[in-house]
Amino acid sequence: MSVDKATVAKIANLARIAMDDAALERMVPELNNILAWVEQLGEVDVSGIEPMTAVIPNHLRLRDDVVDADPLTGGGKRDAVLANAPAAEHGFFGVPKVIE
Amino acid sequence: MTDLTQLGVKAIRDGVARGDFTAREVAEAFNAAVAGAAALNAFIVTTPDHALAAADAVDTRRAKGEGLGVMGGVPIGMKDLFATKGVQTTAASHILEGFRPEYESTVSQNLWNAGAGMLGKLNLDQFAMGSSNETSWFGNVNSPWRKAGSNAAMSPGGSSGGSSAAVASRIAPAATGTDTGGSIRQPAAFAGISGIKPTYGRCSRWGVVAFASSLDQAGPMARDVTDCAIMLEAMAGFDPKDATSLDMPVPKWEASLNADLRGKKIGIPREYRMDGTDAAILASWERGKEWLRDAGAEIVDISLPHTKYALPAYYIIAPAEASSNLARYDGVRYGLRDLPERAGLQDMYAATRAAGFGDEVKRRVLIGTYVLSAGFYDAYYTQAQKVRALVARDFEQAWAQCDAILAPTTPTASFPIGSLDKDPLTMYLNDVFAVPASLAGLPAMSVPAMLNADGLPLGLQIVGKPFDEQGVLDVALAIEQRAGFEAQPERWW
Repeated sequence: MSVDKATVAKIANLARIAMDDAALERMVPELNNILAWVEQLGEVDVSGIEPMTAVIPNHLRLRDDVVDADPLTGGGKRDAVLANAPAAEHGFFGVPKVIE
Repeated sequence: MTDLTQLGVKAIRDGVARGDFTAREVAEAFNAAVAGAAALNAFIVTTPDHALAAADAVDTRRAKGEGLGVMGGVPIGMKDLFATKGVQTTAASHILEGFRPEYESTVSQNLWNAGAGMLGKLNLDQFAMGSSNETSWFGNVNSPWRKAGSNAAMSPGGSSGGSSAAVASRIAPAATGTDTGGSIRQPAAFAGISGIKPTYGRCSRWGVVAFASSLDQAGPMARDVTDCAIMLEAMAGFDPKDATSLDMPVPKWEASLNADLRGKKIGIPREYRMDGTDAAILASWERGKEWLRDAGAEIVDISLPHTKYALPAYYIIAPAEASSNLARYDGVRYGLRDLPERAGLQDMYAATRAAGFGDEVKRRVLIGTYVLSAGFYDAYYTQAQKVRALVARDFEQAWAQCDAILAPTTPTASFPIGSLDKDPLTMYLNDVFAVPASLAGLPAMSVPAMLNADGLPLGLQIVGKPFDEQGVLDVALAIEQRAGFEAQPERWW
């Protein structure tokens, strides 16, 4: 499978990366080289093989059902959460208007 | 008095404990070395005050007769992928420039708790994506090594290139690294130092900027095997804040080091003898086998039949995870915001990410988005995850025949900066020997073997069974004792 400029433009849009025509043109052969190379995986007989989901067998733990079980990742951290926001306003993240 | 910057982790820790010198003297010596090595561009920010404060705390504890910790008095470099409270953390990207975390990563906190201090945040490939440290927003890292008779700038490897350059140049006794598909082992090999990637889950990923979460694993980079064992002990440990953290006690790796390999079998995978591998690399591999035989090990031929498919599988899986992980950089919660005139929310996302990500990061996010998109998911991503299962099965079957595996770390020695950056695929091939162990989550280490004809270091790689970092360290120690690798780069910076 290979990609053309229109496909790269679609992927870039899905990935929310603005790309002008020149950038798209440049990316097409680069992506196609990589895709042509990974194509060789199609040769591998994977019948009866389950896709790997966990590299080291591990079961998911449940944390204790208490408020602020871990003070670092618990609640009540508004100012810390907003400290690096480019546009924090009134205790919220500021974004451009989304409703006309 | 001895030049303190010539000392490694163990020598510093033990010297401070004995009172041969103070932790403050050590920190001052390394702070000065860091300040005098700006030409390497190994650090993005330096934190001499952090190193001094940690040293003073250790000296105070010593005066009171208290324990100094596993890393007591050792100042280290911190790869700028670990969140450090109040200290800029960028992943070498523009999009995180100026980001000052409100929290400390578990691994860095573990190191501070063990008595280490921080010399600064080390440069790396942007978001750890690269094998040459040429994708950093903050400029290339220059290796302290140069080819004999040449002044051309050489690559320190990547992504942990600031770490390898700092340790090799003696401006830090040790540094943290992270390894997703070779990012500790390849730069360690290029720089003539040691580095170990432990079993997936040994070191917490909490507070480590995420690249590919099923592969990312932190580990130490240091001058020798013992120093790696010490530092890994300080870094590792169960962390409830990381869902994939191993809930197992941290072994006493340092105390258990044993280079006597009698009764051990070392596997030599025939598929690692690939076209295009440098003759000197193959020669170092042969030397490695002799050294291990000399240490009492039996050398056995093994087969890892899916080796050739590991790298292409990696270049589907890692970009797929990266495209998902990097979705968080949206110009809303932290980092860069690019808001063009009259732009809406979607335009702001796209403009921010266009301005904030470098070319290699964009390339991988696009590949990842493509292989996960509707209609292609099974053909690419599911197939790659099945191949990954086969790569892991190859290793499981090999453990019936051997206790550890010996292979080269890289197919070539370091290369001049700018020589491979035109074609992403050639760059990717640097990690052809490193990626299989990453896909299988296995502990793997690079240890210096020798210099090639150009005077550049070559490394040997040891891959071990899950949770058997001890076995890996022991084999590496046996090589280290016989290789007698004492070479240091000649100072030009």
